[in-house]
Amino acid sequence: MAEKILMKGNEAIAISAIRNGVDGYFGYPITPQSEVMETLMKEKPWETTGMVVLQAESETSSINMIYGGASCGKKVMTSSSSPGISLMCEGISYIAGAELPCVVVDVMRGGPGLGTIQPSQSDYNQIVKGGGHGDYHNIVLAPASAQDMYDFIDWGFDLAFKYRTPVVILADGIIGQMMEKVELHPMKPRRTAEEILKAAPWATTGKTADRERNIITSLSLDADIQEKFNRKLQAKYAVIEENEVKFSEYLTEDAEYVFVAFGCSSRICEAVVDGLREEGIKAGLLRPITLYPFPEKEIARLATQVKSMMSVELNLGQMVHDVRLAAGGKCPVGFYGRQGGNIYTPEEISAEFKKFNGLE
Amino acid sequence: MKEEIIIAGFGGQGVLSMGKILAYSAIMQDMEVTWMPSYGPEMRGGTANVCVILSDKKIGSPIVTRYDTAIILNQQSMDKFENSVKPGGWLVYDPSGITRHPVRKDINICRIDAIEGAARIGNSKVYNMVVLGAFLQVKPLVSLENVEKGLAKSIPSRYAQMIPLNKAAIEDGMKNVEIVSRA
Repeated sequence: MAEKILMKGNEAIAISAIRNGVDGYFGYPITPQSEVMETLMKEKPWETTGMVVLQAESETSSINMIYGGASCGKKVMTSSSSPGISLMCEGISYIAGAELPCVVVDVMRGGPGLGTIQPSQSDYNQIVKGGGHGDYHNIVLAPASAQDMYDFIDWGFDLAFKYRTPVVILADGIIGQMMEKVELHPMKPRRTAEEILKAAPWATTGKTADRERNIITSLSLDADIQEKFNRKLQAKYAVIEENEVKFSEYLTEDAEYVFVAFGCSSRICEAVVDGLREEGIKAGLLRPITLYPFPEKEIARLATQVKSMMSVELNLGQMVHDVRLAAGGKCPVGFYGRQGGNIYTPEEISAEFKKFNGLE
Repeated sequence: MKEEIIIAGFGGQGVLSMGKILAYSAIMQDMEVTWMPSYGPEMRGGTANVCVILSDKKIGSPIVTRYDTAIILNQQSMDKFENSVKPGGWLVYDPSGITRHPVRKDINICRIDAIEGAARIGNSKVYNMVVLGAFLQVKPLVSLENVEKGLAKSIPSRYAQMIPLNKAAIEDGMKNVEIVSRA
């Protein structure tokens, strides 16, 4: 039986990186995700797997170290929280433009600005719509448990290399700080030089006589070439949207009302659904696990089944726009949110739900 | 079975590590657990609290507002959490540092003088384990055998020699908990 360990979501990120053969982590401390680098420093993976762990002088610096490492075909990652992620967004845009794989973890806190250090989900728009400049997307994964934090590292790198794109694990202060049981999977060794050549034939690993030069750049001064490149990116996103959508549903089969919530909010909404079911109200929950690509087809289908939907988010209304777009006017879509690091209780959400649906 | 517990006191009383040891012990008993601390600027020099949920099924919301048990170690936490205990639930408290004792009649109340208990053991650091013992006496959700396993998992291996002392503190708490009133 696999070993089960009690750990914080942040610790799970670090342990998973070591156990899944990540080559390098470059970061800068910020609450509520500082345990990621603290755990890596404590575990000293450079003595075991050879993984590099480095505290850079800033977030701008760490994301550019990611750019460098990814250019060489290495599995590299960073983590930060909202204000730090804002500093990284230029680099993330360059990485998307250079078609490089990497994993970025954002453990969100209250914003805007320096904001608060308590949990929030207010970076949805920023991360799901890109973050940096240009016509690009990140693949965005939304963990809801410490086990997800552990599992999404491996899944994230798979997607990042499959599509040569940045993958963002969009967590929040609750998922980062909460301890839960985590099951460790067997170790995956770091890739050998030969394996890197196979997994990343585009990487700058040193030109050999039998091939053309590999060039990593996001600069293209010719408008036609740039437009052609952007169309290629969009074609890639179409494939991602077709194949990589992931969501989970709770009691939606006979539901007359559906909540849509991700991350910690989906956990809280499960309790809301249970409470409403006890009162005889047929409620259910759709949890997007990928925020980009978004489960729009499933929301469109549910919109024809239910009386209404409600998006519940720790922000003042971001994902709700994507829910409304997907529902296409087939049912009313309400919203409830809290901000600044405040967290809603199941009772509070339930009361808002009843108010919205005239069920008081 | 699902038990929602709030443990609250001053930073330094071992509130968070008590929660962690309880959670790890429950994992040893094949239960599901969540351990959610309050974190933020209020922790510095002020109150610390952690919500621990133990369940034999997958746990949904880690955020709850009503508790089956409140373990209360200072007055601020008494003021904050006495009314959050579900009717019929338990309130476990340490009377030292409490100026206003609990008044509810619809819950079970017990007290543990854990400073005295830790003094009997001869190490003030096991204060929180005396309190844990008191809780386990009134709510025997986890066997002592699994608590011992949980301790071994929670305590860094270089302090493994401290496990018997911690176990003695838990047993002291179990023996000396005093039932104040029943619902």
